[in-house]
Amino acid sequence: MKKKNKQGNVLAFGVNPKRFRANQLKFYVYLLPVAAVMLLPIIYNLITAFKPLDELFAYPPRFYVKHPTLDNFLRLFEISSGTAIPASRYLFNTVLTTILTMLGNIWIAVSVGFVLSKKRFRGKNALLQINNAALMFVSAAVTIPTYFVIVYTGLRDNFLANILPGLVAPTGVFLTKQFIDQLPDALIEAAVIDGASDYRIIRKIIFPLVRPALSTVMILSFQTSWANVTASNLYIDNETYKTFAYYISTLATGGTVSTQGVAAAGSLIMFLPNLIIFIILQSGVMNSMVHSGIK
Amino acid sequence: MSRLHSARGRFIDRHSSMLLIAPYGFLFSLFIIIPVGAAIVLSFTYFNTIEPPDFIGLSNYINLFTNDSVFMQYVLPNTLLYAIFVGIGGYILSFFMAWTLAQLTKIPRTILTVIFYSPSMTGGVMLSTIWSVIFSGDKRGLLNTLLLKMDIIDDPVQWLQSGSFLMPIMITVALWSSMGVGFLAILSGILNVNQEYYEAGYIDGIKNRFQEIIYITIPSIKPQMLFGAVMAVVNTFKDGGTGVLLSGSNPTPDYAGQLIANHIDDYGFIRYEMGYASAVSVVLLVFIYIMSRVVGGIFNSSDE
Repeated sequence: MKKKNKQGNVLAFGVNPKRFRANQLKFYVYLLPVAAVMLLPIIYNLITAFKPLDELFAYPPRFYVKHPTLDNFLRLFEISSGTAIPASRYLFNTVLTTILTMLGNIWIAVSVGFVLSKKRFRGKNALLQINNAALMFVSAAVTIPTYFVIVYTGLRDNFLANILPGLVAPTGVFLTKQFIDQLPDALIEAAVIDGASDYRIIRKIIFPLVRPALSTVMILSFQTSWANVTASNLYIDNETYKTFAYYISTLATGGTVSTQGVAAAGSLIMFLPNLIIFIILQSGVMNSMVHSGIK
Repeated sequence: MSRLHSARGRFIDRHSSMLLIAPYGFLFSLFIIIPVGAAIVLSFTYFNTIEPPDFIGLSNYINLFTNDSVFMQYVLPNTLLYAIFVGIGGYILSFFMAWTLAQLTKIPRTILTVIFYSPSMTGGVMLSTIWSVIFSGDKRGLLNTLLLKMDIIDDPVQWLQSGSFLMPIMITVALWSSMGVGFLAILSGILNVNQEYYEAGYIDGIKNRFQEIIYITIPSIKPQMLFGAVMAVVNTFKDGGTGVLLSGSNPTPDYAGQLIANHIDDYGFIRYEMGYASAVSVVLLVFIYIMSRVVGGIFNSSDE
């Protein structure tokens, strides 16, 4: 037996330790450099976003900014004022798309997760298998047939084309279903005896209990809809319906030094909400991920 | 307890399961089942979007694997290479990093988790803006500056326009952003392995960390590992456009960054050969399915 603590119990090799010990130092030896590699591109982007024009042109490029300025952010919104559509319009479209997609995803995840987890009916297993298979679905593989679906359903050039495809999120449904699986059946049976309908059970019992799983659903949903450019690129011609991510992508492809700062500012606006939401929700996410396994 | 229901109330209560699933089922059919089905059907046709599709049997597939030199010479090897490095490499990296983080105390672990997860939030557009500054082709590009200063190169290198550098850059960028949901699932799985398993393991003669990982950790978190594998593979193919975004052109320079997803766009949206593009789509879906099985099997093949 290699290790014993004071009480003489066998100690496992320290998963999730309570306190810092010197034997954890060796992990930091490689964790910190990896963390630096992960962070540097994002930090460089942050710095670039606040660089004034002369510093963007400076050679050699600096990893810091002498006179930080909000010029790039202002120009981000100015460039578009020359055209008919202001950048704020793109931003508004993105915010609206994201909020509606998130609400839709949460509602779908809870109601479908509940039915697939706790209800008994014929064909349930088949539905589960189909949803599990859809975890592997990559929408980029079928952009062409999806385009035809969009055209035939009249969604072409419709604002809903930003939202509806995003509502199909098999991962969110799967994770929520897995989470509901571990809620005791007795809880629901008691409610049924009291005469509660399924809708009431979902509202009053399931919804409050699956909050951690919903953190994950929210993050996944936020990430995809906030950065969504597919609809703007392929399904929508009307500029007033296009998203902020699309607007940033038009700036980025220019690729000149002067647009670099603006594109960096745009990327920062794209990135920060993601980060903030993840930091707020991460404990819920970690909680629900325990049940993420595919059995 | 007596309940009075209107006929309508009874209907929505009796069919609650169906009604609750219906919206999702409808959208699921619309955006997954129908597109996949349509891709399969169209893959057996010649379809240029102007004339109605013309059934031509397996010709598209035969052409793809025998006549399409771009596909066989560039697209397929590129995709395999990319899938191996990003899919399998990213998966192993995720597991290794998650395992390491699980050995730390809560606060540093949480901070590092956020840092490792952050790049996966920068998909698509952000990915290309962030990295194109670093790999920019003029001498102001960060990497060029660094290498010029160290006298490793004499002239700035057009990293993103170069046939030999584009693929390694794509792999780097994809690995950088590969620690996503699968990574979180694995981390959370490891943190929640029953501690008694480890204690029992040590009594049964496990001697070191490596054995601990092989005999206890991985078998205990098998379900999360499988989920992580699927996420790793999907993540690999989700941003099929990275090469196109970074280089700014489809086809990518010398087809160096051409993946199956770009080949689909090339035929579908540039040449309007929808039947042929659909055949490529089907090949990609099958490829993802096989990859998920293979990656999922890496750590799971030993038992069963």
